[in-house]
Amino acid sequence: MTDSTVDLDTLTAWIREFARVIGENAQLLSDLDAAIGDADHGINMERGMTAVLGSLEETVPTDMSALCKQVGMTLVKSVGGASGPLYGTFFLRMATPLGAADGVSATDFAAALRAGVEGVVQRGRAESGDKTMYDALAPALDALDAALASGTDLPEALSGAATAAQKGRDATESMVARKGRASYLGQRSVGHQDPGATSSAMLVAAAATAFAGR
Amino acid sequence: MKKLINDPADVISEALRGMAIAHPELRVDHTNRIIYRGDAPVTGKVGLISGGGSGHEPLHGGFVGRGMLDAACAGEVFTSPVPDQMLEATKNVDGGAGVLHIVKNYTGDVMNFEMAAELADAEGITVESVLIDDDVAVQDSTFTAGRRGVGATVLVEKIAGAAADQGRSLADVADVARRANAASRSMGVALTSCTVPAVGHPTFELSDTEIEVGVGIHGEPGRQRLPMQSASAVAELMIEPVLADLDFSGDDGVILFVNGMGATPLIELYLMYAEYAALLDKAGVRIARSLVGPYITSLDMAGCSVTLLRADDDMLRLWDHPVNTAALRRGC
Repeated sequence: MTDSTVDLDTLTAWIREFARVIGENAQLLSDLDAAIGDADHGINMERGMTAVLGSLEETVPTDMSALCKQVGMTLVKSVGGASGPLYGTFFLRMATPLGAADGVSATDFAAALRAGVEGVVQRGRAESGDKTMYDALAPALDALDAALASGTDLPEALSGAATAAQKGRDATESMVARKGRASYLGQRSVGHQDPGATSSAMLVAAAATAFAGR
Repeated sequence: MKKLINDPADVISEALRGMAIAHPELRVDHTNRIIYRGDAPVTGKVGLISGGGSGHEPLHGGFVGRGMLDAACAGEVFTSPVPDQMLEATKNVDGGAGVLHIVKNYTGDVMNFEMAAELADAEGITVESVLIDDDVAVQDSTFTAGRRGVGATVLVEKIAGAAADQGRSLADVADVARRANAASRSMGVALTSCTVPAVGHPTFELSDTEIEVGVGIHGEPGRQRLPMQSASAVAELMIEPVLADLDFSGDDGVILFVNGMGATPLIELYLMYAEYAALLDKAGVRIARSLVGPYITSLDMAGCSVTLLRADDDMLRLWDHPVNTAALRRGC
């Protein structure tokens, strides 16, 4: 199972890949947001992930927990809006279970991801079907846990999680928004894919890409 | 896009620079984008901070000064400021009596202020938060993020600021702020969209012959899109849902606030004020005080909003209390 062990390098690769994907898709995210929000999700996430990359140049974290804290704090500081506290809380909550260990197992990593998502739920008070990032993250976690439990290795399990996140993201299109600015639209939010669920699916896909390359 | 700007990325920092030069009585922290009253923290006084996305000027920075806010945090255009800014402001206005956060009910603002309050609490500063949610255009239900904070924000900052200036406790200042919010209802209308500098094109499409009734202060869509009509017809459309939502009749009287969205001239706002005054008279609502002007704007949007606050004697006395800020000044 050594190929499934998660360490500082793999986590850093994940963050860098997420930054790359966000940068590549900033316009798409803002366009999705223009339909049901205020057209700035891509701009804000790109500003945040650029700040994260900058902070990693300045201060190189010494363990996984420090990395997650640094990423979380930077996002909270630089993104603003709702995405800052939500993505920031995700990484900040991941920090505690990861601790100062050199490496953790795949299941420990999955548990840390779940702690992060629980933080998102707590901060945003979102439930399944509210048309939020949770609708991409929740099925991804479930798919990841199920795959790991059946003995699938982490890269493949993450690839399955990414597919589940994309399905969850696609399912937001037919949902009525019940949280955030999109909720003001009520029924008129139907027919538009949620930008938060879209960036969250990118977060999971970035993990799959980063771990596949290991 | 035709705007008096240099680089869209520099709009906020350059506007803050102008604010600092024009109002030397204020202290501006350009790094954290915070506007302070020059003598903050005032020992023994409850500190009042607010903040939000930029683009609503004079809200909030224009309301910093004696009798209103102690500090205002500026976010990016239409994007909430971040917890670090709010925490820094909270620390610097705490005169030992605690700090009140006045938060407009938008998902981002609520989450960022919540994180800031948690951080301040961890540093031993007592923080109370008051949520402003007066926009009747949005259904208040568990299926939405709740009503948006709009015009009542200005009135609550004035009333709570006066209560703090009188030396009331944090609990009492928070209480009157909550009561003032609960007694307020607003409705807005857009004649044109607004253009966010970094975006460069209008936030939504609205033809020359249409109006958006129930528009939000960030260009969020409202209740319905209707053909353009006369001022009296628009006033009727706007006041009806406000009066339907809360009973404003009775002896107390109301503060009638007619607000410009940014590009509508004062002559039209006063014309609308007369329309509302006539409608309120017909509805048996007594006007006790008034406020007319662009106080909570939406960049270059044309349009206006109307806010009614059912004021008791305490609120009226606080309304009349001296205030000395860049955008609102009386009795000083």
